[in-house]
Amino acid sequence: MSHSTKPMLSAEPVEFSGELLAKMEEAKNLFPNGKEKSALLKMLHLAQAEFGWVSVPTMDKIADLLSIQPVEVYEVATFYTMFHLEPVGKYVFEVCRTGPCMLVGSDQLIEHIGKKLNIGMGETTSDGLFTLKTAECLGGCGYGPLLQCRHRFHEHLTPEKVDELIEQYKRGEIEPGAL
Amino acid sequence: MVKVTIDGIEVSVEPGTTILNAARQIGGDAVPPAMCYYSKLPGTGGKCRTCLVEVAAGSAADPRPMPKLVASCSTPVQDGMVVNNKTSERVHNNRGGVVEFLLANHPLDCPICDQAGECHLQDLGYEHGSAKTRYEEERRTFDPIDIGNKIKLHMNRCILCYRCVFVANQLTDQRVHGVMHRGEHAEISTYIEKAVENDFSGNMIDVCPVGALTDRTFRFKSRVWFLKPMEAERSCTKCCGKAVVWMFGNEIYRITARKDKYGEVEEIDQKTAWLCNDCRFEKKDAADWNILGPRVINRQSVISQGKYATTIDKPVKRIG
Amino acid sequence: MKSRKLLLEHLDVPGIQGIETYVKQGGYTTLEKALKKMSPDEVVEEVKKSGLRGRGGAGFPTGLKWSFLAKPEGIPRYLVCNADESEPGTFKDRYLMEKIPHLLVEGMILSSYALGANTSYIYIRGEFMYVLEILQKAIQEAYAKGYLGKNIFGSGFDHDLVVTPGGGAYICGEETALLESLEGKRGNPRIKPPFPAVKGLWASPTVVNNVESIAAVVPIIRDGGDAYASIGIGKSTGTKLISACGNLARPGVYEIELGLSVEEFIYGDDYCRGIANGKKLKACVPGGSSVPILPHFLVTKTAAGENRLMTYESLADGGFQSGSMLGSGGFIVFDEDQCIVRNTWNFTRFYAHESCGQCSPCREGTGWMEKVLHRLETGKGQMHDIDLLADINKKIEGNTICPLGDAAAWPVAAAIRHFREEFEWHVTHPEEAQKRNYGLIQQPVVA
Repeated sequence: MSHSTKPMLSAEPVEFSGELLAKMEEAKNLFPNGKEKSALLKMLHLAQAEFGWVSVPTMDKIADLLSIQPVEVYEVATFYTMFHLEPVGKYVFEVCRTGPCMLVGSDQLIEHIGKKLNIGMGETTSDGLFTLKTAECLGGCGYGPLLQCRHRFHEHLTPEKVDELIEQYKRGEIEPGAL
Repeated sequence: MVKVTIDGIEVSVEPGTTILNAARQIGGDAVPPAMCYYSKLPGTGGKCRTCLVEVAAGSAADPRPMPKLVASCSTPVQDGMVVNNKTSERVHNNRGGVVEFLLANHPLDCPICDQAGECHLQDLGYEHGSAKTRYEEERRTFDPIDIGNKIKLHMNRCILCYRCVFVANQLTDQRVHGVMHRGEHAEISTYIEKAVENDFSGNMIDVCPVGALTDRTFRFKSRVWFLKPMEAERSCTKCCGKAVVWMFGNEIYRITARKDKYGEVEEIDQKTAWLCNDCRFEKKDAADWNILGPRVINRQSVISQGKYATTIDKPVKRIG
Repeated sequence: MKSRKLLLEHLDVPGIQGIETYVKQGGYTTLEKALKKMSPDEVVEEVKKSGLRGRGGAGFPTGLKWSFLAKPEGIPRYLVCNADESEPGTFKDRYLMEKIPHLLVEGMILSSYALGANTSYIYIRGEFMYVLEILQKAIQEAYAKGYLGKNIFGSGFDHDLVVTPGGGAYICGEETALLESLEGKRGNPRIKPPFPAVKGLWASPTVVNNVESIAAVVPIIRDGGDAYASIGIGKSTGTKLISACGNLARPGVYEIELGLSVEEFIYGDDYCRGIANGKKLKACVPGGSSVPILPHFLVTKTAAGENRLMTYESLADGGFQSGSMLGSGGFIVFDEDQCIVRNTWNFTRFYAHESCGQCSPCREGTGWMEKVLHRLETGKGQMHDIDLLADINKKIEGNTICPLGDAAAWPVAAAIRHFREEFEWHVTHPEEAQKRNYGLIQQPVVA
């Protein structure tokens, strides 16, 4: 197994909208002068909410906004699991697979979703709608099996409920939540 | 001054001194090995866990033993502290465990590694390692990459001491590499392909305790023990210009900083004698240097191979 | 027996998420009382008297932790709330913040007053972004009412409260990793000393407390430390949120009085109502995934045959040989159909995934254990692998920078200690082990 860590370099240059820049400024202002780097995680979340994933040009732009070296953003973004460093589908299903969820059937649920969407782990459906990922403990152990899609938790899942959930997302009935 | 006893030897040190530095004042077997701590790079240490020692008594005021082994490089001494290093079976066992962890995913490619002969992991493995590995899993691998035209990164060999990151932070004006990802996937990287270009970046090679960062201008040229390390100096506007040039005959094969017995770059005139990249990579002509004489080598070191034996340097009479 | 409720008392009051309802139920009167009638030291004193122990898992006395805070002149001090709830089995803080956000906000202001902190931060795990939004709304409401900002209740005390997200990393629940993350860095735990009480956030003296601990300060100051201490047994005082999950008939978050019997908690009508689907209890991890697993015969009774109670002491009775820990209150129950080897592998995979990778025993050791356990679980293990696991374990435990190493080592050690025959069965019956689970182990002969 070779650990490939090459980032997507094909990413287009990014343009941050005025609205996004204002939100980022607001995030920076939550911290004392000179401590704005504290807003980094929030800014990465904001960028991901806007673009769906975090590209190298996005990270470079954030570094610029915080007056820090780009590598300081890369090392942070690669540390935390929530940031998608490659393009993903419109809806990313992150299914919890840790102990308590496994006890109530997360393994079978993950298998079911993969079959239903006809994709493997980490893959995206050909229509670009869904990406399937696993997650470690999402902190909803009593309500498993569960999955997270953006900021929404879907709990007490069964194969039937997931099938319905997929349809609802397809029909655009669920707002995945924004920052 | 506070008094601390290490392996039965008492020493008086400044308050705030770490156990490791107190041990270095004693010297010899009392000194724990250090793979990540580097006294010239503030903030290093605590990570590799090879310097773990047993604190048998916390201080004169509170002589209770500390329940866990502590990292001697980052634990300050207290007056009346009693520490066991070489004399502790528990330290020996656990240090052996740490070495096993460090070697678990290591490629053991010493036969083709430029660091062989001056590698701290080799020394550590020799002292504390086991002849057999219990690690039966597939080792993680990374492709070697060039970070700039002078430095090669073999991530497979890296023990994640973070020293090179501290060098970039403290000696250069712009850090372009760091530690990406986490856990067993953590790696030293620039993330995007980027050259580490800085006048002092070559010092990353000198602080690397293993063969993860090597000098591309010296790659596969020679085994270090075949070379003669000579103290040399030149006048340089960027650095102190005081180096060790590694020679074969009259040819300079490589240039490093002058290092002390702990493998750290020496202090000369109260300043750490870091080298600039010009002196390190560009001045390979013996005429560039004022060569002062042979560098003293530890007799135990493999580099002393053949150097202390009675040999004839110059042929008395050329035959033929 | 129904437990008294101090934290979730008004859980069922409609609209309790909002400030108006919260105030109607007596919210913020405790803050007003403290700011107007008590000195900061008096608040600390009451918390000390209450015997409150850190609810994040370590159980360190909160009042004592507060008293360690350095107070040099001219340097700000900070209170940071650890809302990075990520320990498998634990989902109580999320529940509390989601249902009654103002209890945490009031607790933050009150505790900050006691510590002399004019700014405090809630660091919440990034996955709980919707909870962050709830908290943000609560904070805005509190500012609008003048409970946050300048000169609160005319006391001269100023306070600002900020909530900020993590990015997905269990390790940030470790307090110094949390502070690194809060500074916008990788969540690498710091080398100690110095401790946060001396050099914490931005090198200023800092106290980091769990959500539930901070929320508990409100009823402690409202009723007095002695009243709080009168609940519970011995050094386990007050109430505790227990998040129960796994194969239970009624999983969920329960506020219990410490001292409740484990038997009643699992089987009682007011609590979990027994094992789901009428199955038998096989094992229990009573305090979050990192505490030792107990086989069924050590869950409701100690090795000495005494009733096991939900207290720090009783759950630890017997040490690691036959006991466990109350930990974070993440109560995970396994029924007879569960595979201990698979579960141990799963937990170890979690810790390997969450290791920051800074120190060698954790970086290499957790991954190694995960691979060995995976082989055992998939029928490719050998007998010597079991001893190897036990040995890797010992080399990790106590030798790492932060407690994640111990948290990864303990569950493996405990599983092998109590369920060794199930591990061996996986080696001797590799094919059968793929088709069925081992079932219940028999009670060992106690020497």
